[in-house]
This record gives sequence, C-alpha cells and structure tokens, in this order.
Amino acid sequence: MSSDISVEIKGVSKSYSVVKALDNISLSVKKGEMFGLIGPDGAGKSTLFRILTTLILPDSGVATIEGLDVRRDYKSIRRIIGYMPGRFSLYGDLTVDENLSFFASVFNVKVADNYPLIENIFKDIAPFGNRRASRLSGGMKQKLALSCALIHKPSVLFLDEPTTGVDPVSRKEFWQMLERLKTNGITIVVSTSYMDEALLCDRIALIKEGRVLSSNSPRGVIDSYQNKLLAIWGEDMHSLLKELRSYDRIKSVYSFGQEHHIAVDKNLYNTSYIDSLAQKLQQKGVRDFNIKEIAPTIEDCYMEFSANND
Amino acid sequence: MRQFYIFVRKEFLHIFRDGRSVLILLLMPVIQIILFGFALTNEVKNVKVAIMDPSRDAATTMITERLTAGEYFKPYMMITTEQQADALLRRGEVSLIVNYSDRFRERLMHQGSARVGLTADGTDPNMASSIILYASSIIRSAELDIEAKNLQSGGVAIPNVRLLYNPQMKSSYNFVPGVMGLILMLICAMMTSISIVREKETGTMEVLLVSPVRPIFLILSKAVPYFVLSVVNLTTILLLSVFLLGVPVTGSLFWLVILSMIFIFVSLSMGLLISSIATTQVAAMLISGLVLMMPVMLLSGMIYPVSNMPEILQVIAQFIPAKWYIEAVRKLMIQGLPLNSVVTELSVLVAMAAIYLTASLRSFRDRLQ
Repeated sequence: MSSDISVEIKGVSKSYSVVKALDNISLSVKKGEMFGLIGPDGAGKSTLFRILTTLILPDSGVATIEGLDVRRDYKSIRRIIGYMPGRFSLYGDLTVDENLSFFASVFNVKVADNYPLIENIFKDIAPFGNRRASRLSGGMKQKLALSCALIHKPSVLFLDEPTTGVDPVSRKEFWQMLERLKTNGITIVVSTSYMDEALLCDRIALIKEGRVLSSNSPRGVIDSYQNKLLAIWGEDMHSLLKELRSYDRIKSVYSFGQEHHIAVDKNLYNTSYIDSLAQKLQQKGVRDFNIKEIAPTIEDCYMEFSANND
Repeated sequence: MRQFYIFVRKEFLHIFRDGRSVLILLLMPVIQIILFGFALTNEVKNVKVAIMDPSRDAATTMITERLTAGEYFKPYMMITTEQQADALLRRGEVSLIVNYSDRFRERLMHQGSARVGLTADGTDPNMASSIILYASSIIRSAELDIEAKNLQSGGVAIPNVRLLYNPQMKSSYNFVPGVMGLILMLICAMMTSISIVREKETGTMEVLLVSPVRPIFLILSKAVPYFVLSVVNLTTILLLSVFLLGVPVTGSLFWLVILSMIFIFVSLSMGLLISSIATTQVAAMLISGLVLMMPVMLLSGMIYPVSNMPEILQVIAQFIPAKWYIEAVRKLMIQGLPLNSVVTELSVLVAMAAIYLTASLRSFRDRLQ
C-alpha cells in the first residue's frame, strides 16, 4: 500500500435487510486531501461514513484508515480520527466550554494543548462560553461541533453533511474554515447534498443508491461530461418542458432552478442545432423563450451519470 | 481517574440542569410515602357505624360504647329497620351496620349466646374484612367481660388472636418495604436506561463510540450518579418512615443498608440491560414501565401477598428481584430478624446482580447495532 493514501475503500457493500445501502464501493483518499462524497439523501453517504468511522461493519469488502483496518484495528482508528455526525450531536444542556472540555477529556487531551488548531473556528463562539449549546444558532453549533471534533488533533476528519440546514452565509464560512484546516495537513472527508459545494473539494465521488457514479477532481468530473448542454428559459416553463420531452433529438431534459437544462448528444449537435430547436418549438406554438449553450455543472454531470447508470 | 471524574461530573450536570428530573428524583419517595401513608390506606379509622338495637339493654349499650370508644369507629345514627340499614349502606353514609338481636342480654345470660349481626360494604373487600375483623374482636372482648361479670363462662374456647410484629395492623409496615423496592428500582433502572438511551437518540453516543473511551467507563459513569441518588432516596425513605410514620427499624440498620445496596446494583444492571435493547427514550421508558414497574407493583408482594397468587404467578414472582428485596426488608426491618434469616434472599439478589451485570456488559456494543 502506498504511503500517501489515507483512506482506502475496496469493494465495500452493506445492506439493511432488503435495502442495499452500499453496493461494491471502491474509493481512495490521499493524505491531506479534501475529499467530497456528493449525493442526495439516501445515497448511502452516512452508511459509508459509519463504516469508515468503525461504527458499523461492512457486509463485505475492506476499508482502511491510515493503513488500519476498520474491522480489526478499530480501536486504534478511533484514536486518530475526528467525526462529526450529520445531526447536531453535542450536549445541549452543557455550555459551550463544558462541551469542548468534555470532548477534550474524552480523548485524554487538554483544551489548551491543541487550541491553536481550533482557534480560528472557536474564537467566534468563545465569547458565548457560558451559553448552553442548545441556545446557539445553527452556524455556531456547527463551529462548536467542528471544534469538538478537532480538539484531539485527528489525522483524518469525517464530516457527514456538515452544512445541511445551515444558512448560506454560514455554509460559505464553514468551507473557508475547512480550507484553512487543510493547511494543517489534516485529511478531510466530507459529504454533502449541495452540488455547488463539490467544487470546493480537491476530489469528489458522485454517489447514487450506494454506487459510485464517478470519482475524480471536480474539474475532471466536469470534463468527462459527454454531451452538449443547453439552457432554456421562458414564460411558460411547464409547456416548454412538455414539448421538449416529446422531442427525440434531445437526450434528456430536466428543470434546473429557473431554467431547464437540455442534454444533447455531441454527435447530433452542430452550430444550427439551437435555431432548429427554436423553430420546432415555435411551430408547436411556444413563444417567448431563450436558449443558450452553457458549461455543465457538477449537478448536470450527476444527472447525466445517474441516467447512464440506470 | 481524572477522565472518569469528568464523566461523572457531566452526568451530574445533566441531572441537575434538568430541574424537572431533579424534582421527580428527590420528591418521588416523599410523595409516595405520604400517599401510601395517609391517603391509600386500609387502616380502620373513624369508620361510621349505624346501630340497630331493638333490645336496648345494659349489654348492648356496653358493647356499643366499647365499639365507639376508640378511634376506630364513630357512631353515625341509631336505626330501627333493615330498610334504613340498606339505604345507609347503599348511599355510602356508613361503612358498617351493627345489628343486635332482640332480648340480647337475656339470651346472652340464659342461652349463652346472643347474636350480633355485622354488615359491611363488600365492594372494597380488603377494607370490609379489616372492619369486620376489628369490630368482631372488640365485640368479642366486650362479651367476655359481660360473661365474666356474671360468672357464667361455660368453658367456651375463645381464640386469642395476636398479630405479631405489627400489633396495630398499621399498613405502613407493609408498604414501606414495598415503596423502598419500587423507588430504588424506578430510579436505578428507569433513569439509568433513559440517560444512556438519550445519548443514542441525540447522536452523542455515536461521537463517544468513535473515541478511545472504553465502554465500561461510559456505563460506570452513568451508573454512579444514580447510585448516589438512590442512596439519598433510601435515606429519605428510612427517615420518613421512622419519624413520620413511626415504622421502626427493629433489625440491623447496617445489613438493611447492605441489602439495599445489592438491590441497587441489581436495578442498575437491569437499567443497563434495557438501555442496550431500547433505541429511543420512549421505548426505554415503556420497557422499564412494563417489564419492571408493573411486576414490581403487582407480583412482588408489595400490594398482594405472593403466597395467595395462582401458582404460575408465584413462579414468575421468583424472578422479580424486588420480591426478594421486599421480603428481606420486611424480615430485617419490621420483624427484626437476624441476618441468617435473610441468607436466601441475599444470595438470590447477589446472584441476580452478577447475572444481570454480566449480561448488560456483554450486550453493550462498541459499535452501532
């Protein structure tokens, strides 16, 4: 095993009764990397986290953290990882300071020992040291949870959907904090269902229904997109979608915020494609719309790869 | 050790930050003792009596006076017909009807037997039988006095009834051991299981598992505060029952405390066992309620004597720790028997503690199920 690999997952599967949560997943995360698991709720991200954090055992396959096996060496792994579960998992009835010093003592360290590591994160909530954790705002709760997960200076940090349910400003701030953490050499594995956050990771894996659709750098994922992508928007979005769906020279069409995205096979695409499409739509009586060619986002890639996967 | 101290301190903080649970934990024994001691009692006190006395002679007057002299019975009214008696009982105005036969004294003197009818409301059989028992023993002793005065005793064997250990038939003698069993079981088992399951429910257990903390550490630190609280409650119950209810600790206080500690261990380990089965606080509460509370109340002999139960229930009762504890407390505390009389109870409890503790430590997973 090469020494620059921090997390290695080989053929891991896990089922809950009849539901296959993870289906033969293989991934690897390099040391000091920020790795994103991208996928909607129910994709199996939390299950994978729980396997990597030694909380549950995989049905089959092997996973190692810093060369330690999650099955056999789970006790050693628990010393060197930090874990922040998806939901708020601190003691709401303890104060900010009490939470931090409790989690420090859980790992047998003193808060002062590793304070420089969390100083940047903790300094915003330090003035509220005597406030109970349950009375913090969502963003502050995340900061406290992150501080608690970092207080023992872990080698690998697992963050399960840390920004779910957090306001956009705090989300942005949170990612900046992660960026700074990376400079300390901590490997970070983070999951999110916000596709836009994928761009902030060094490498990502797109996950759907327990399978990896694609694993690459965000740039690499976008470059592997095989189609031409068009955006269309207009007055009557509903009939636009209906007309486009009945059009056979389109590979797929789906609504995407204020517009619809149209994926077209590269071989069918040429410079006059947009004009002929506009003509077709006008013939059907659809008026007032705009079409333009756009660059794909991670979400477009996700839609494309998941369609191919089915 | 420092780590353990911090863990225990955190548990105490959880308890004391939640005012409601402190109130429940510390006031519950007081409320139960007061409830059982003064409200839910089978004791015969100030029972209203209606008297039907057609003969109105010296003997009946004396018996009636004797009957109503103490604090047990209070005369309500004199009546003359059966219909009146029925009506009074039905309306619940009186709880006992005393019905003398006519020419009472004459029959008593010459035939050696006169009839006194006692009628009580049987809808509450326990209460009714106590009332009848009290009334007939008073009447019997009055009759004896009358016969003695007249030197007429015809050698009739009169049973001389004595209630050992509890001559006044105070119900507190019965329920104090019961309440001790109930409260200790409740606090140790229910509260411990809830506090562990709460960590599972809020997700903090996940974080704690992904740390080098040893599970046994976690469990012990949960048990310590409830152990302390149980000892506080035990003290409260004993103080209340001695000074408020006048139930003496006739036996060895030292062994009573040791016995209680063992029972606390059993209850704590049952709580731990429940916490490894339940995943939500509600489930933990339901399991403790159904599996612990109900059997403890009904099958432990706290309310109904175990020996009067159908055989199958008697067998089940043997598996209930509280049954053994309550029996042993009765012997040690009320009867004042020496230690060797509770050896069986003591060893059964020790065995149960060992079994439950092993089972709960084994069932505690250091991964999520």
